[in-house]
Amino acid sequence: MSMVEFSYLIASLLFLVGLKRLSSPATARSGNLIAAVGMGAALGGTFLVNGMANLPLILAAIALGTVPGWYLARTVKMTSMPQMVSLFNGMGGACALLISLSEMLKLPPVAVYSVTDPLKTFAQCAPIILGIIFGAISFTGSIVAFGKLQGLITEKPVRWPFQKILNILLVCCIVYYSYGLAHYGMITSVGLENNPRMMWMGILAMLSLILGISQVLPIGGADMPVVISVLNSCTGLAAALTGFSMNNMAMIIAGTLVGAAGSFLTLLMCNAMNRSLANVLFGSFGGGAAAGAAAGGDTGLVMKEVSTSEAAILMGYGRRVIIIPGYGLAVAQAQHLVHELDELLEKRGVEVKYAIHPVAGRMPGHMNVLLAEANVPYPKLIDMEEINAEFSQSDVALVIGANDVVNPAARTDTSSPIYGMPILDADKSKNIIVMKRGKGVGFAGIENNLFFDPKTRMLFGDAKKMLQELVTEVKAL
Amino acid sequence: MSALAMTYIFILAIFAGVEVIGRVPTVLHTPLMSGANAIHGIVLIGGVYVLGMAGGNPYLKIMGFLAVVLGTLNVVGGFVVTDRMLEMFKVRKNKGHEAK
Repeated sequence: MSMVEFSYLIASLLFLVGLKRLSSPATARSGNLIAAVGMGAALGGTFLVNGMANLPLILAAIALGTVPGWYLARTVKMTSMPQMVSLFNGMGGACALLISLSEMLKLPPVAVYSVTDPLKTFAQCAPIILGIIFGAISFTGSIVAFGKLQGLITEKPVRWPFQKILNILLVCCIVYYSYGLAHYGMITSVGLENNPRMMWMGILAMLSLILGISQVLPIGGADMPVVISVLNSCTGLAAALTGFSMNNMAMIIAGTLVGAAGSFLTLLMCNAMNRSLANVLFGSFGGGAAAGAAAGGDTGLVMKEVSTSEAAILMGYGRRVIIIPGYGLAVAQAQHLVHELDELLEKRGVEVKYAIHPVAGRMPGHMNVLLAEANVPYPKLIDMEEINAEFSQSDVALVIGANDVVNPAARTDTSSPIYGMPILDADKSKNIIVMKRGKGVGFAGIENNLFFDPKTRMLFGDAKKMLQELVTEVKAL
Repeated sequence: MSALAMTYIFILAIFAGVEVIGRVPTVLHTPLMSGANAIHGIVLIGGVYVLGMAGGNPYLKIMGFLAVVLGTLNVVGGFVVTDRMLEMFKVRKNKGHEAK
């Protein structure tokens, strides 16, 4: 076994151990470090490969990637984490695409091996062609997902006529050009000018890039976490495929691990929302949303506003308060104020707990990360199944910038697009205070009947400003 | 290595990938996704191969160079972002211990 192979063996083991440790809170951080060490080992080993040239260029390229990567990762706000993950994922996809294109250029014409051994030709071509397709899709798909979460592209589903049919046509074209590339492209030799192989390859890459865009644009912003997870495993698969085409064990193992773990994680997320993956990817919210909104308007109910001082009294003289954080809290960067309010209430003898919906925020676990940043003790963050039993005994449920995860329509209204999604039963609390920026609908574009509930009081305004006022009012009690 | 052997490894790695994260709590979904995202940055070494073996071919050099830059972004950004997320868990844990 050469040093190179040995370094790949070590790297593969470290990736496995790293992933394992990443899935448990106590060991997660070390798991990430272990995986990073594995990456270093694989990279170091690669430098030892016989005939490796252009070393200064390689080092320059690595430096050029390290600086912005490090800078972006260190400076990004906690609230923008999801889109940052998506952006980095897109970079990996683009990298796999470029590698596959290069490998395709380097393949000798079919006649060189043997036309009589089509299986061998297939084994040579298939991973490269699939690598081009998956790399391209995860590149543009991730960039669109990044744009949606960053607010550069509208979060609403973008629709155009015959959307699904056009996408199916696109897939058919991709299949055709894959076949063309394998069949006609491979016969020609490796020249770069006026080469049919370049043509087939270029169009195939172009079509796949377009598919990435047209597949993600129609999906609403609320579903982006699932999309990012899908694209994450997509890049993993692309990495594994490039590993096949380059005969590289470390790439096959690492890529496949991520592809498989990512797919499993995607399913876990879909389960948390009680939706199928197909429903997320192909049946975006839209038609149903209009119906839901109309239902809310028809009832003629009005939202009741409340002053912060009244809200402070409700909470300060209550016995149990449950705080339901949502994305609005993250946007307002108000996690520290929530903690302050929580401490003030606890000092008054009020029991404060946090109800964490599995998909609150823009990613599973998003709220945990944010509240952890504000030093909220871990045992106070309660999962949905457990906290739902406690709402009936709570005096106040304080909803901060959450909407769809407390929408009772998910339990009762079969026509609602979120029907069946498990929700936090905030409506069972004795009082509900909802802190909300405006009267608009939530991320999924659905009207929320909880806001019209007679027990509900609304606090309209930026979460940070409202919490600041609440803190002042509670102090004054 | 034969295509068949690689396929065996591919299949085994699929099962390993699922098993290894089998019972991950919701809290860790985001960091785990981010960590996995960094690991598929292994494509970086593919980029290093392309650039290192490009010889005098300018097309391969340019594509390899770009691939290494993008792959490094994926690796470095991925691991650092994940570490930052997990750092917070650690801070919280320490406070918890102090409180006890």
